[in-house]
Amino acid sequence: MLLTPHEKLSLEKTANEIRESIIEMLVEAGSGHTAGPLGMADVFTVLYFHTLRQDPKNPGWDGRDRLVLSNGHICPVLYATMAYAGYFPREELNTLRKFGSRLQGHPHREFLPALETSSGPLGEGLSQAVGMAIADKMDGQDGNRRIYCLMSDGELDEGQSWEAAMLGGKQALHNLVALIDRNNIQIDGFTEQVMPLEPLADKWRAWNWHVLEIDGHNVEAIASAFDEAKSVYERPTMIIAHTIPGKGVPEFERDFHWHGKPPDAEQARMALSELRTLGRKIESEAE
Amino acid sequence: MPDSVARLGPTLNTKLFDEDVEQVAIRTGFGEGLVCAGESDPRVVVLCGDLTESAQALPFKKKFPDRFVELGVAEQNMASVASGMAAMGKIPFITSYAMFSPGRNWEQIRTTICYNNRPVKIGGSHAGVSVGPDGGTHQAIEDIAITRVVPRMIVICPCDSIEARKATVAAATTGTPVYLRLARNKTAVITTEDTPFEIGRAQVVWKSDAPKVGLVACGALVHKALLAAKTLQENGVEVEVVNLATVKPIDSDAIVALARKAKRIVTIEEHQIYGGMGSAVAECLAKNYPVPMHFVGVDDRFGQSGTPEELIEHYGMGRDAIVNAAHEVMAR
Repeated sequence: MLLTPHEKLSLEKTANEIRESIIEMLVEAGSGHTAGPLGMADVFTVLYFHTLRQDPKNPGWDGRDRLVLSNGHICPVLYATMAYAGYFPREELNTLRKFGSRLQGHPHREFLPALETSSGPLGEGLSQAVGMAIADKMDGQDGNRRIYCLMSDGELDEGQSWEAAMLGGKQALHNLVALIDRNNIQIDGFTEQVMPLEPLADKWRAWNWHVLEIDGHNVEAIASAFDEAKSVYERPTMIIAHTIPGKGVPEFERDFHWHGKPPDAEQARMALSELRTLGRKIESEAE
Repeated sequence: MPDSVARLGPTLNTKLFDEDVEQVAIRTGFGEGLVCAGESDPRVVVLCGDLTESAQALPFKKKFPDRFVELGVAEQNMASVASGMAAMGKIPFITSYAMFSPGRNWEQIRTTICYNNRPVKIGGSHAGVSVGPDGGTHQAIEDIAITRVVPRMIVICPCDSIEARKATVAAATTGTPVYLRLARNKTAVITTEDTPFEIGRAQVVWKSDAPKVGLVACGALVHKALLAAKTLQENGVEVEVVNLATVKPIDSDAIVALARKAKRIVTIEEHQIYGGMGSAVAECLAKNYPVPMHFVGVDDRFGQSGTPEELIEHYGMGRDAIVNAAHEVMAR
């Protein structure tokens, strides 16, 4: 087993606490995206508390793994996870989207240098991650550090995603691991109605990627997928993580209307109450 | 020495008024510059989108095959891949036609290169109507406007192949995004090895103690501006000509000094009048020293097929058009 029972419990608890912070940030900010950040809390938690080679106290450490967030609009989960990992104080989370904040509405590395890229306009992250992986292969660094790219399913409508997919396959970038948040929603509705993506896994296989499909809320499955990617030597890895948008708050789950709006004060109180109940359940089940 | 040659900047090609002046494509100088930059800095890499020979990446590819990436016809990806490579310490040059890079991939350049503050260099070949027979789809005449508007971008429009080589070498050292605007076909070699080049520094290429008009040109049309200066002088009209190779950051001191001296300005560029180098000069002068201006360039139209010379004449950017513009601005 990749994770001990204690590690698994710890990751699940942390993910739940990060969800609570996301709700608090969004209600304080008064704008922002809810569904995606909640849905990706488990993946971010596994990355920052299990998978990534990093030093939060020395974010510029050259040997660190690189994490590119392509769909920048889910940055509340990025910021919250980074705060929990020790990159900056958790108190700063309530400055999200405010004037002068390091936590810009979409990530801007000039304001928060620990970010690898600024992002928001969709479909551009994978290209940057491919560029990083190519540079590391050129320099013989591909065995020393890995490039991770987190993407959304909706942003695959952007043609540039597929330009990057082709190049990643062509260059056999074994040091690149991308993960699609397959939550099936985008602003205008369900992905398969707005612009069908299926058969999604086949598309990536066709471009010579190693493809894994996992439950994006199972921390063991997430951790083992990132682990398996390390043993793939001939091609980049694409992890399709099936997630529930709005995960953790039943009223928000699977509803595309929560893609781009924050909870109001009453909805936030309800959401926090439900997440705290969920947190107690996680603990009691572990006992 | 003929008087026309005596008026030239001291290091310029003294044969530039001759019928048989040496002709080399500006893009060729870029290709040579890539090799020079690659020799002096191992961080320099070159990316190409299925135009290796035409966009002049071939000499670099031959010399440094391990530092060359072929991305296929995918300019949007190319801009962002270069950003990622720059994030890992590389100095990437992306090479294509200006219509596609920075044309098609403008938002990728804005977000992943400039907003991200990555030192990617964009070499845009086939700028201007002088692309010729390929026609209007392939003639980028909006590229100065769309690059100079983006924060952090340096915009350089070299006047000949030698200046293009020097500009390419210099671009590798800035630590910023740079756009190098390049032309396809062979044009007169105006400068020499001894001509100084510095990013952000305009250069007087035709001197006068008492000019009636100041001509500000960039790219291959600097040669047309010099031909016009010679004609004007023969008709008793004194002008001074400045090569504004760096459109951004603009050399305000040189532009204002020229305006103070000449009191009239004509700008000359192979680009839309709206938003181009002339607009940059107008912004500078309106703020610092307003004088009457005239703009030689493409007047809100698209290009078409033809020979480069036919097209330069048709769109009003040849020697006679410049002479007429000088007379018009003097009449104001």
